[in-house]
Amino acid sequence: MVAIPGAPDPGHCPSGTRSDESPVTTEVAVRLVDVVKKFGDVAAVDRINLEVRDGEFFSLLGPSGCGKTTTLRMIGGFEEPTSGLIELQGKDVTWLPPYRRNVNTVFQNYALFPHLTIFENVAFGLRRKGGLKDAELRSRVTEMLRLVELPGFEKRKPTQISGGQAQRVALARALINRPAVLLLDEPLGALDLKLRKQMQLELKRIQHEVGVTFIYVTHDQEEAMMMSDRIAVMNSGHYEQLADPETLYERPQTRFVAGFLGVSNLLAGIVLEKGTPYASVRLADEAVVRVPAAAVNGRADVEVGVRPEKIRLFGADAEPPSGLNVLSGTVRDASYLGVSTQYIIETKNGSRVSVYEQNVERTIHGSLHRPGEAVHLGWSPDHTFAVGPSVADASAGE
Amino acid sequence: MTALLRRYRFIVPYLLLTPGLIWLAIFYVYPSVQMFISSFWSGSLERGFTFSLSNVHNYTDALSRYQDQIVRSIFFAAAATVATFLISFPLAYTIAFRAGQYKNLLLFLVIAPFFTSFLLRVISWRTILGDDGLLLGPLKSAGLVGDDVRILATPVAVIAGIAYNFLPFMTLPIYVSLEKIDKRLLEAGQDLYATPWSAFRKITLPLALPGIFAGTLLTFIPAMGDYVNAELLGQTPGTKMIGNVVQSRFLVNNDYPTAAALSFILMAGILVAVAVYARLLGTEELVSSAG
Ligand SMILES: Nc1ncnc2c1ncn2[C@@H]1O[C@H](COP(=O)(O)OP(=O)(O)OP(=O)(O)O)[C@@H](O)[C@H]1O
Ligand SMILES: [Mg+2]
Repeated sequence: MVAIPGAPDPGHCPSGTRSDESPVTTEVAVRLVDVVKKFGDVAAVDRINLEVRDGEFFSLLGPSGCGKTTTLRMIGGFEEPTSGLIELQGKDVTWLPPYRRNVNTVFQNYALFPHLTIFENVAFGLRRKGGLKDAELRSRVTEMLRLVELPGFEKRKPTQISGGQAQRVALARALINRPAVLLLDEPLGALDLKLRKQMQLELKRIQHEVGVTFIYVTHDQEEAMMMSDRIAVMNSGHYEQLADPETLYERPQTRFVAGFLGVSNLLAGIVLEKGTPYASVRLADEAVVRVPAAAVNGRADVEVGVRPEKIRLFGADAEPPSGLNVLSGTVRDASYLGVSTQYIIETKNGSRVSVYEQNVERTIHGSLHRPGEAVHLGWSPDHTFAVGPSVADASAGE
Repeated sequence: MTALLRRYRFIVPYLLLTPGLIWLAIFYVYPSVQMFISSFWSGSLERGFTFSLSNVHNYTDALSRYQDQIVRSIFFAAAATVATFLISFPLAYTIAFRAGQYKNLLLFLVIAPFFTSFLLRVISWRTILGDDGLLLGPLKSAGLVGDDVRILATPVAVIAGIAYNFLPFMTLPIYVSLEKIDKRLLEAGQDLYATPWSAFRKITLPLALPGIFAGTLLTFIPAMGDYVNAELLGQTPGTKMIGNVVQSRFLVNNDYPTAAALSFILMAGILVAVAVYARLLGTEELVSSAG
């Protein structure tokens, strides 16, 4: 075990003696209030309100240019918001320069100092804060390099290590300062897939070990899902939904979120009856399906959604079990993908629905359904969600 | 031909070096050897010169006879290098980090004066620094400085002239090394609690060292051997540099042995100075951050 005290070090207090009776105990590590950042006329960040909890692994997920980096840079102090407020552990830091904030960053390109050894790179922050004896500094650095599994790399220069190792050094260099919050901007972006997967696990382990709040920027939904406690799904300057990965996947609230995390089938419909626990919705092909009332959320026009792997296919003459939502259609395409078979089904009114069927009961070359075949689709009402339009749909021109 | 080249690929670097090597052999190695031989000559142009190793006293004689000028050269060159650095660094820094769209224009302005002839520029400095010139004239008529104050024909004039003439040789290398610095490194520094000043000392300055090293050498070495500034702006025996002695020994007095010996003393002196300097600045730093 590595003895890195997880709790942040609010007073920049360099003396090793730290107690747990921190003066201001806040649940919230970072709070953004109505934060706007404009570059000229363009609002890169458009009124974000956000609370990141102490000790959580929080991700900002979204497509390129949606304002993730800008948000992160404002928390780090590298950009000043055009308006709004940024609080760190309950303290307003909106106008503090980066070197006065108890926040550290892992930069996408690592930004290791090329003229310094790995030791000096990692020791940089502690040296600037000062007040540490040489022996203590040395042991802190050694300990940190052990945490990121790079013991013995002290004397090397950044040019003499690999990309994955540079990534770990960047992490060590930031974490050694025991920041209240660690900001990571696509830290794995430059690594190849295998190393990336490995570092994802590694990052989670380290975060668990040190207990520091992580704010993690990525455009990779799988990465965000596997690492995060909570994710804010961003789209053109604001976030559309903030929730844990499971809620985001099972109950996306907007079209954008449903499409960005995994694959969704969306079918337009009109709410007939707002009952509990299920509301009834009539789809365009006249079929009536049941949707959890909470998902409908009082709307009259919705798009009903279901994930492709939740749908089961039945032959035209088979009777799907009662209680399922049922649609009828024709198989247009069947592709064998090894783990699963992917079907495209065309419903009566011409909508196309994707279905993934696990190849559990299949014999080799025995396709269950062939193109042209008429089938029923059935899925549980509990696996149904409903989305409203995305705020940015109009501008995205989807 | 290409097949042959592919086969003897190892030859290519040598082929590429050949023109330079021939050039060096003809215009540097041969004259150097010639000079080295003549530094062991005795005699005169009229009676003819004879070579003898015992004439090594040419060196000791030259050293003791012209030690004032040698020491003065080192002092002038060092002072001019320091002055050039003090002007160049802020200039290069501003162009590299703060100039924005005016970067190229400012770089052009740094070298613009050098489109006119070296000699003309030095002569125009005579007008500027003259006793009633552009600088002192107004000051004197305003009564701010005494009538007997002069700059021309003093060490200050020579040092100022050298500093001016070598400014781009200092500014451009420093600019290049500053320009190369990834601005994100400075953000990383600030992120790690470095104030702007300590980020400058711990990141910018060390990364600019290769440029500073190149710039100071490009200034100091030619400044040591310069004679035009001392000749035109110094004009008095008290401002003569070793370059002036070599020039007059060689071209006026036809005293080839002394001139040659002085040249080699100068060369040896510069080599020692550069070696010490490189050591002080930390060669390892230079090599590793240059890449
Ligand atoms: N310094 C700047 N000047 C002008 N516009 C900027 C600046 N920085 C960012 N922008 C704009 O702000 C928007 C958001 O940029 P940001 O870098 O935050 O996106 P991002 O979500 O991090 O994207 P990516 O995934 O591509 O890194 C973009 O449209 C970008 O062009
Ligand atoms: Mg970005």
